[in-house]
Amino acid sequence: MIEVRDLHKAFGAVKAVDGVGFAARDGEITGLLGPNGAGKTTTLRMLYTLMTPDRGQVLVDGIDAAADPLAVRRRLGVLPDARGLYKRLTARENIDYFARLQGLPEDELRTRRDALVQALDMDDIVDRRTEGFSQGQRVKTAIARALVHDPRNVILDEPTNGLDVMATRALRQFMLKLRDEGRCVLFSSHIMQEVGALCDRIVVIARGRVVADETPDALRAQTGEANLEDAFVKIIGSDEGLAA
Amino acid sequence: MSALPSSPVRRRRAFLTVFWKEVRENLRDRRTLISAFLTGPLLTPLIFVMLINVTIHRELDKAEQPLKVPVIGAQYAPNLVAALKAGGIEPQPAIANPEQAVRDQAADLVLRIAPGYAAAWRQGEPVQVELIYDSSQRDAGTAVERASNLVQSYARQQGMMRLVARGLSPTTAWPVQVARRDQATAQSRAVLLFNMLPYLFVLTIFIGGMYLAIDLTAGERERQSLEPLFANPVPRWKILLGKLAAIGAFSTVSLLICLLAFSLVGRFLPTDKLDMEIDLGWRFAAHVLLLQWPMIALLAALQSLVAAFAKSYREAQTYLSLLMMLPILPSIMLMVMPVKPRDWMYAVPLLGQHLGILDLLRGSGIGAAHLALCLAGTTLAALLAIAVAMQLYRAERLAISA
Repeated sequence: MIEVRDLHKAFGAVKAVDGVGFAARDGEITGLLGPNGAGKTTTLRMLYTLMTPDRGQVLVDGIDAAADPLAVRRRLGVLPDARGLYKRLTARENIDYFARLQGLPEDELRTRRDALVQALDMDDIVDRRTEGFSQGQRVKTAIARALVHDPRNVILDEPTNGLDVMATRALRQFMLKLRDEGRCVLFSSHIMQEVGALCDRIVVIARGRVVADETPDALRAQTGEANLEDAFVKIIGSDEGLAA
Repeated sequence: MSALPSSPVRRRRAFLTVFWKEVRENLRDRRTLISAFLTGPLLTPLIFVMLINVTIHRELDKAEQPLKVPVIGAQYAPNLVAALKAGGIEPQPAIANPEQAVRDQAADLVLRIAPGYAAAWRQGEPVQVELIYDSSQRDAGTAVERASNLVQSYARQQGMMRLVARGLSPTTAWPVQVARRDQATAQSRAVLLFNMLPYLFVLTIFIGGMYLAIDLTAGERERQSLEPLFANPVPRWKILLGKLAAIGAFSTVSLLICLLAFSLVGRFLPTDKLDMEIDLGWRFAAHVLLLQWPMIALLAALQSLVAAFAKSYREAQTYLSLLMMLPILPSIMLMVMPVKPRDWMYAVPLLGQHLGILDLLRGSGIGAAHLALCLAGTTLAALLAIAVAMQLYRAERLAISA
C-alpha cells in the first residue's frame, strides 16, 4: 500500500510536482498516466526516497518515507526510468548484487533468483554479460533485480518503454501476475492503451497535479466519452504529449 | 509472500558486497587492469632507471674522456697548453667568433690567451686567460669546471716556483688553506638523484585508483546505475565506503607492484660507480607502504570527490589529470627552494611522505616521531576528505543522470 499526500517538488523556479496525492492499494494495479514532463518520474523518485519532497508525505505500508527511508526501500521493488545495469557483470551477478544489498541470505537468494529467472523466461541470458543485451533483455534483468527481495510494493517507471510487441505482452502478463499475488503495483506510462488495459485504477497527472483519480470505467462515465483516449484529452485539456 | 528481511546482522554485509562487486567488475575491464597493474606501476621504475643510467654514464664519460677545447692564442703560452694537454684537454684550432660559438653550442667552452701573455709573463705581471662559456648550459658545467681547475692549478704551481726562486716558502702566499671534509655518505649523495622517487610513488597510487574512481562515480552516473543502486535499503555512506575501499585496494596493489619493480631494478643501478649506495629492498618497501597507507585513502577520497563533480566519464578524466599535478608540488618546491625539514612539515600530507621517503633513502631511517606525525597528519586529512565525499554523496542531484 502506497499513500502519497500533497507532494511538492520544485527545481529552481520550475514546479515539477505541485500537490500530487493518491493511494495505490494492495492487489491492484495503479497507473500513473500523464504527458511527457507532467511530473511522473519526479513523483516516483520521491516515492522511492531518491528525492526529498519540498512538502508533503509518502507512506509505504504505513511507514513514513521521511522518517525511515531504509525501511521504505526494503518494502519497495523499483524499476527506475534509468535501468542502469552493470555491463561487465552477467545478468545473474547483477541480480545477486542487489539481493545481497537487500540483505537476503544466500539460500533465499538462490531460490528467489531462480524463481524470477523462470517467471521472466530468461534462462538463456542469465549467464551472459549484460553488455549488448536487447532492450527487452535489459528490462527483464532490471525487473528481476528489483523484485529479488520479494517486495510487497512494486514501482515501475515506464516499464514498456522501448519494448517490442511480444516483450510488452509478456511484461503485462507478469504485472498481472504480481497483482494476483496480492502486491501493490504502481507504474507510470504515457501510453493510454496500456493503462486502460491493465489498470484497476488510473491517476492522471498533468502539469504537476492530479487531474483525475478513478477506475477506467468511472473515467469514461465522468467525461461522457466512450473512448478512453477522448476521455484523457478532455481531462488533460490538450492532446499534447499523449501517444496512442 | 515471505517475511521482510530486516535483521541488522544481514545488512552488515553491504560494505563487503559493494567492495567485492566493484573489484570483480573492474578486474574485467582491460583498460583498468593495464593502467593499474602494468603501465602505472612499471613504467615509472623503467623510465627512472633509464634516466639515472643516462645521467650517471654521461657524468662519468665527461670526467674520463679527453676534453676538446678550442684555444685562441695557443702560440703565446706553450707551457700552459702543455699543462692542459697533460690534464686531458685536447687543444683545438682557434675559432673566429668564440662568443657566438658558445651561444650556438658549437663549443662547450673556448679558452682565449691574450697576445700580451708572453711579455707580461716575462715581466712577472699577472696575465689573463679567458674562459668563454654559457652557464645556462648545464651540460657544459663539468667541462668548464675541469678546464678552470686545470688553469688554476697550473697558476698555483707556477706561483709556488716563483716564490721558491725568490727564496720564500710557498706557504707565505697562502696563509689559510681550505681543507674540504665532505660529510655526505654514499647514501645521502644518492638522494639528490632520487628526489623524484616520492612523487613517482604517489603517481603510481594515483594511476592505480584513477579509473576506478571515475568508474565508481562519474561512470556509474553516466550509465545511470546510481539510481537503482540507491533504491536499495543501504545508507549511501556505506556504499561510498565500499567503493573507496575498492579504489584503495587497486592503488595498494599498484604500489606493491611498483615497489617490487624498484627493488628489482635497484640492483641494476650503477650507483657504485658514483660512490653511492641505495637500498630499495623489502625494508624500504615496507616503510613506504606504511607511509603511503593513509595517502591511499586520502587520494581515493579526493579522486572520488573530483570525479563526482564531473558530468561524464570524459569530463572526470580531464579533472583528474589536473588533480594529478597536485602531488608533484612538494617535489618541485623542495627542488626550487631546498629548505631544512622541520617537524611540522612531516604532518603535511604529500610533503610528509616526501621527506619520510628521502629520510629512508638517506639511510638514516625515519624517526618514530616523524613517522607518527606523518601518519597522523595524512590520516586526519583522509578522514576529512572522506567526510566531505560522504556529504557530497548524499546530495540529491548526484544520482540523477537525466
